Amino acid sequence: MFRTALRNVLAHKARLLMTVLAVLLGVAFVSGTLVFTSTVSDAFQRSSQKGFDDVDVAVTPVWSDSPSADPGRPARLSQGLLDRTAAVPGAARVTGDVSGFAAVAGKDGKLLGDGFSSQGHNYFPGKDGQDHRYPMRDGQAPTNPGEIALDAKTADRAGFHVGDTVRLSVDGPVRKEKLTGIFTTDDGNAAAGGSLTLFDTATAQKLYSAPGEFDQIQVKAAAGTSQAQLKDRIDAILPKDRAETTTGRKLADDQAKSIAESMSSMRTSLLVFAGIALFVGIFIIANTFTMLVAQRTKELALLRAVGASRRQVTRSVLIEAFLVGTVAAVAGLAAGVGIGAGMRSLMGSTGQSLPDGPLVVSPGTILTSLVVGIVVTMLAAWLPGRRAAKIPPVAAMNSVHATASTKSLVLRNTLGAIVSAAGAALVLLATGMGDGGKAPMGGGAALLLIGIFILTPLLSRPLIAAAAPVLRIFGISGKLARQNAVRNPRRTAATASALMIGLTLITGLTVIAGSAQKAVDKMATDSLKADYVVSMVNKGPLSPDVATELADNPKVTASSPMRNAPARVDGDIEYLTGVNGKDLGKLTQLDFTAGSLDGLSSDKVVVDGDTAKQHGWHVGSTLTTTYEDGKRGRLTVGGVYEGNELIKGILLDTATLAPHQKDASDMQVMVKTAGGPSEATQDALAKALGNNPAIAVQDKKDVSEGIAQMVTLMLNVLYGLLAMAVIVAVLGVVNTLAMSVFERSQEIGMLRAIGLDRRGIKRMVRLESLVISLFGGVLGIGLGVFFGWAGGRLIADSLATYEMVLPWGRIGIFLALAAVVGVLAALWPARRAARLNMLGAIKAE
Amino acid sequence: MTTTHSGVPTATRATAVAARATDLTKVYGQGETQVVALDGVNVEFRQAEFTAIMGPSGSGKSTLMHCMAGLDTISRGSARIGETELTGLKDKKLTQLRRDKIGFIFQAFNLLPTLSALENITLPMDIAGRKPDKQWLDRVVETVGLAGRLKHRPSELSGGQQQRVAVARALASRPEIIFADEPTGNLDSRSGAEVLGFLRNSVRELGQTVVMVTHDPVAASYADRVVFLADGRIVDDMSAPTADKVLERMLRFSGGSPQTPGFDAKGRTS
Repeated sequence: MFRTALRNVLAHKARLLMTVLAVLLGVAFVSGTLVFTSTVSDAFQRSSQKGFDDVDVAVTPVWSDSPSADPGRPARLSQGLLDRTAAVPGAARVTGDVSGFAAVAGKDGKLLGDGFSSQGHNYFPGKDGQDHRYPMRDGQAPTNPGEIALDAKTADRAGFHVGDTVRLSVDGPVRKEKLTGIFTTDDGNAAAGGSLTLFDTATAQKLYSAPGEFDQIQVKAAAGTSQAQLKDRIDAILPKDRAETTTGRKLADDQAKSIAESMSSMRTSLLVFAGIALFVGIFIIANTFTMLVAQRTKELALLRAVGASRRQVTRSVLIEAFLVGTVAAVAGLAAGVGIGAGMRSLMGSTGQSLPDGPLVVSPGTILTSLVVGIVVTMLAAWLPGRRAAKIPPVAAMNSVHATASTKSLVLRNTLGAIVSAAGAALVLLATGMGDGGKAPMGGGAALLLIGIFILTPLLSRPLIAAAAPVLRIFGISGKLARQNAVRNPRRTAATASALMIGLTLITGLTVIAGSAQKAVDKMATDSLKADYVVSMVNKGPLSPDVATELADNPKVTASSPMRNAPARVDGDIEYLTGVNGKDLGKLTQLDFTAGSLDGLSSDKVVVDGDTAKQHGWHVGSTLTTTYEDGKRGRLTVGGVYEGNELIKGILLDTATLAPHQKDASDMQVMVKTAGGPSEATQDALAKALGNNPAIAVQDKKDVSEGIAQMVTLMLNVLYGLLAMAVIVAVLGVVNTLAMSVFERSQEIGMLRAIGLDRRGIKRMVRLESLVISLFGGVLGIGLGVFFGWAGGRLIADSLATYEMVLPWGRIGIFLALAAVVGVLAALWPARRAARLNMLGAIKAE
Repeated sequence: MTTTHSGVPTATRATAVAARATDLTKVYGQGETQVVALDGVNVEFRQAEFTAIMGPSGSGKSTLMHCMAGLDTISRGSARIGETELTGLKDKKLTQLRRDKIGFIFQAFNLLPTLSALENITLPMDIAGRKPDKQWLDRVVETVGLAGRLKHRPSELSGGQQQRVAVARALASRPEIIFADEPTGNLDSRSGAEVLGFLRNSVRELGQTVVMVTHDPVAASYADRVVFLADGRIVDDMSAPTADKVLERMLRFSGGSPQTPGFDAKGRTS
């Protein structure tokens, strides 16, 4: 049997080509993902290991959550604790660390690097006057206020030299600092394209914590003292409720674990897309093997006639699939290693620099790729193999045999209808279930997709018949194309389904993303009357000085900060949001279901509907509040408004909060200007804030563009990943057409003989391809829109302004894409059909 | 004797020639594997005449038909349909010629399974984008006796009915000449006789020109004239054939060997 199978594979090389390609692409995707993620993960782990070389024990503060504690008072470590730790026997070196956000401006005034990984740390000289974490390449470490050091990567990128003045900002106001040193570092953020700024310890404490307080203490053990020993000794002197210790090894392990986790979630999502591509490939493989079996009916019947058992026949088909799968999987693995290497250098070239490391091709990767490729191929060939076994031996003697299985579709259609109905019902049910509807919706969507796939043969007739008026333009070629397309409904269905799956996902995602973007946009424009929103580039805390500065600006007619104030309200920790009660009405457009914004001062607060409902509050309710300084007060609800993503929670006047806040910080400041938004005004505001690299002054358009950019980026990545499924689907269409042309060569010969010219034949094949592709496209887009609608209903629960927007332009593009797929896929089969030797085609048995 | 001109006096027949081969030569392959399928054939097919081409397997009868019908290229010489010279015609023109001036009936695979009988009959006109002549179409359909089966798909028709659809298709577009390649090869004797009868009637009653390749003397007996081919040359030309005369001739050319293809049960018993 093995030899028979091998001969068959070799005999049908050309016809198996598309199958091999489909499996190859899928496996390449899988192995590429595995190679890439394990390479990156390995590199990150190496680098993090190195980062903890100097830390044997780390002391970190404990967040107290006892009810008596002041809400919001950050836990820190005191200088005294540091000194005591340093005195522990076996502690060779102790480093106190303070860190936070620090945005550095380039020479052009713009922010350097990515705003979210711009870090500031303290330089903590040890006994030898050096901080071992940051070896200086040029100049001196900062020792006085007004001095800083920058990491070499950032300094080189911006062209800064020792002695230059650097503008930077920590929480709002611009600081001009003298660059005294440039250091090298392995810091992950700096490696990943961020910047790292060093201050002297006193300055850093003033900026990020409080004088004499640290975020973390790192201890290096003396020779002969183990990490565990040191940890125990330090534990003995530490106040348990204020600080805890962790060994360096555990820190490194934890970080490695968290890196592994984040890589694994990335790997999982990539593998999902690889899985989709492979799933689509199954249709092609099944189609190919079905055809090979149909073609060899006589041959297989002969085998049965001379004594081969059914199992042996099935096995011969499966061995064939195994051989094909092995070749494809090995080739796919090789391609995948290439893809993995390519992805790494691609990420490197887009600035997302990764730590260096060797390309990791683990045995697991190799095994997984091979198994996936072989199993998928054999699985897809299993049904055709069973069908082969059912060929009766007598078929070998009959001169005529029924080629395609003409088994009734009744069973299939019934099954399809039931599965589709169940899927659709589940999806519809899930739309009303709110947040808990995600899992049922996913399950329902999968069911519906499978159901529709089972139903495609049934759907193909009416849907393709609907195209008849258009096809009539093309005369006889169009008519024949339409009829050929529905001639083998199962094959057409499998081919179209392959395309359907990719387009369903693409359309669904596009609908949801587009609608969500519109919703957020609407929120920004509807609920916001302010001309500008001022915030930190990293959305971090903003100094209240900025709000004051803006309020005093002559161009500003109304402004309000949104100030964070943690508090305990009616026993629960809640964030109060301080606003300018006088101006808020001019800056926002809030819908009040009860009460109003009027007189939002002293003990008056307004609450969003959800929060009010949660606590059972209504207008006139009294809230017992413990402020962050521990003082108590009473607040009265003056109104309940409809909250949204931008504005929600408990709002009250900043003046009410002021006596209780020592270090206030704002999330953002909303500003209304005289004369409304204009470029000049925006520039003027930015200038008034000192052209601060850390602060973004955004008008509504900027806000929505920022959202749009994120959505577009995400969509493009998804499109790229789903493109693989579409490419595999194209292979499927090519495959099906090649089969059809091969099977119908006699008909094509006859048509040529009675006067259909080459162009007519080509057109016939192309139109058939177009019809099948568009059929898949229409199904996919239809399902995608439905899923988009259903998914949107879930989102609408948490996004009040959500409304489905059908991206007609995009849908048009997708349909055009399906058409292009059809035309491209037909290129080669159509040429082949047109070149068929007429006589050979007619004369063949 | 490379050429054997017809001894039939042309004056008693329709004088116009529907197709003509002059010194027609067809060579397959090259060098040692070279095969001369047709070796300088000269033959005319007259209008409104039913001609059968006979000969043993490998005599070149099918090749002659393919070359005359513009299905195959010609190595040397010329082939004409009416006044149109086929040699040197580009594929496009040749296709148009086949579509507009020639009708075909093959041994099998004549019909498209997706089209109904009527659609199959009008296929050449649909390809040309012409409207079929309704009256003529009705007459053709009636002649071949398919009136009740026009909506059927080929798979719902018997082999004889399928071949009658093929005959109707060939007749429907009123081509200048119909080429039939073993049209009864796959049929039982009754269905075969029916189809041959229709072909003869189309010549007698509708004035159609038919050229039929066959190795069956009985089939050949339906023709007005039989042209005998052997080894790529025309070796005889017989008018008003009967099955016996044809069989006798066949036996003579093949040296009386009973293994000669062309024998069949009917031939021997008659």
